Amino acid sequence: MTWVNVVTQGILLGGLYALFATGLSLMFGVMRLVNLAHGDLSIVAAFLALAIVDGTGLNPLWTLLVVVPAMAGLGYLLQRGLLNFALRGDDPLPPVLVTFGLSIILQNLLLEVFSADSQGLDAGRVENASVRLSDGLAVGWFPLLTLVTAVAVLTGLQLLLSRTQLGRSFRATSDDPEAASLVGLDHRHVFAMATAIALATVAVAGLFLGVRTTFTPSIGPTRLIFAFEAVIIGGLGSIWGTLAGGLVLGVAQALGAQFSPGWGVLAGHLVFLAVLAFRPTGLLGRKVPA
Amino acid sequence: MTEGSGEPQGGAPVKQAPEAVAPAQLRVQRATLSSRIGLAVGVAVVVVLALGPLWALDSVLRTLISFLTLLALAQMWNLLAGYAGLVSIGQQAYVGLGAYALLLFADTLGLPLLVSVLVAGVVGTLVALPTALLAFRLRGGYFAIGTWVIAEVYRLVITNVSQLGGGSGLTLRAASAFDRTTRLFLTYELALAVGVGAVAVTYLLLRRRLGLALTAVRDSEQSAQSLGVPVFRAKLVAYLVAAFGCSLAGAVIYLNLLRVQPEAAFSVNWTAFMIFIVLIGGVGTIEGPIIGTIVFFVLQETLSGYGAWYLVLLGAVAVLVTLLARRGLWGLVADRTGWSLFPVQRRLEER
Repeated sequence: MTWVNVVTQGILLGGLYALFATGLSLMFGVMRLVNLAHGDLSIVAAFLALAIVDGTGLNPLWTLLVVVPAMAGLGYLLQRGLLNFALRGDDPLPPVLVTFGLSIILQNLLLEVFSADSQGLDAGRVENASVRLSDGLAVGWFPLLTLVTAVAVLTGLQLLLSRTQLGRSFRATSDDPEAASLVGLDHRHVFAMATAIALATVAVAGLFLGVRTTFTPSIGPTRLIFAFEAVIIGGLGSIWGTLAGGLVLGVAQALGAQFSPGWGVLAGHLVFLAVLAFRPTGLLGRKVPA
Repeated sequence: MTEGSGEPQGGAPVKQAPEAVAPAQLRVQRATLSSRIGLAVGVAVVVVLALGPLWALDSVLRTLISFLTLLALAQMWNLLAGYAGLVSIGQQAYVGLGAYALLLFADTLGLPLLVSVLVAGVVGTLVALPTALLAFRLRGGYFAIGTWVIAEVYRLVITNVSQLGGGSGLTLRAASAFDRTTRLFLTYELALAVGVGAVAVTYLLLRRRLGLALTAVRDSEQSAQSLGVPVFRAKLVAYLVAAFGCSLAGAVIYLNLLRVQPEAAFSVNWTAFMIFIVLIGGVGTIEGPIIGTIVFFVLQETLSGYGAWYLVLLGAVAVLVTLLARRGLWGLVADRTGWSLFPVQRRLEER
């Protein structure tokens, strides 16, 4: 029964990783930009929620109503004011260096404003309540909510990409930015909308992380690494691959930690390396690596 | 190198513009006046530095050790990002591996200290080979994070080995065989060798055929590939050389610090500093990292009291330089003056 429990907890943890990976995957899909500040932006969202909770005493889940639009707005401005300039030309260096610089700026700004202390978001009863499925197998309501949210966000994104005008402009710009601009799409605006949506999902991920566990200004890079591993394990360019990648990573970490406490994160890394070695297109990726 | 002296001269005479010079009157030239002066000054500086133990205070020697090892790290990152187009955020892997290899060979296996430093470089290079084969499957930004993950793997594996001190680390005991002053002088001369060696190796490498291949890859990987440049091999060689240099530098850094701890030895900050130095000095030039390291040291001495704001400033400078002044400080100097201290390009001159 222990192993069933471990795998179940791993799947639930994987829901959170999938949520983190969604934004990274979307931005790469639309504009081939790998945002190295991805993890730090999720921590910015968590601290934003913390500031609102401290100021108003609201339940952190309600702050989503403010934090998600705020992060989306920040994403739009960030793309138009900074990242679009890093994407000019074919040079692969500027996007990496600019987002890495941004990551360092955000981490240290958070450190100055909020100190290095460990923080947490208290969501009240839902945080610790669990439903008992059988002897030795209990599922926490909050991890379940996280997984359901991840599936909902990914479904929403899938619908957005396939059914809406905005989704069509994403796909068109992704396929061929020049042809897209010929038919009247301003790629700067399209990119900024993609980053806005990506940061909206990042806000949800950061907030759920803050409720689930404690956070400090310096844990952004670890979140980036987990999101990245979920994307690669699942396969570049596949929305459901992102979910699969998150779940595989969560289960790998849970099994590794069961084996020995020091091996949880390492087990996740090893699964990532194995996928890279033996199936570089990922579990559900396109045949051609992007 | 003297290639290119026999330009094709046979065949039907081609009608030439009046001011054009016949090929026979041209020769391929690399050195310039500025590079000759630069070489002379450079040799003089190295000689003065080599005699450092005779004239410098211990504190100055310690500062120079950090300076020279950081210069080596930056020059290696420059070789990767500036020439091979490999933006690694995982070079801390080799700093850490170099440090731990030094511990293992000097303390556990009892090899002489100097041999152990060299072996540390070899160990890093050997680990770099499978690392490269995996990481090269990723491109651009994903390559950057991929190398970072692999560095984390090495850190976690070493943290889980209790013989290497686990998470709390170990102290290098072999160094206590020397008295304090001898150890300082020894470490200093090693740091000088690594720092000057990194510059010299990069320079000599880029003057070879491989340098031409790397420069082509830097300018356009696709065009280089289509012209038959062995892109993969060129990148692999650059990656292995950079791993060797960073591992050696890591061993020397921890020969100076003595206490090795996985969090610090595998810290991504090593790579962040390399990136900052290379960007501000000028990526894709050999002069850039030298200037960048000097600027970095001045900034660190004057601003490190501001704590996190100092790092915010470093990050902001990295962003601004990338977007507005791609070729860094040396780029500005070279554009104004045409100087080139390390000529790797070939120029045609009249005889």
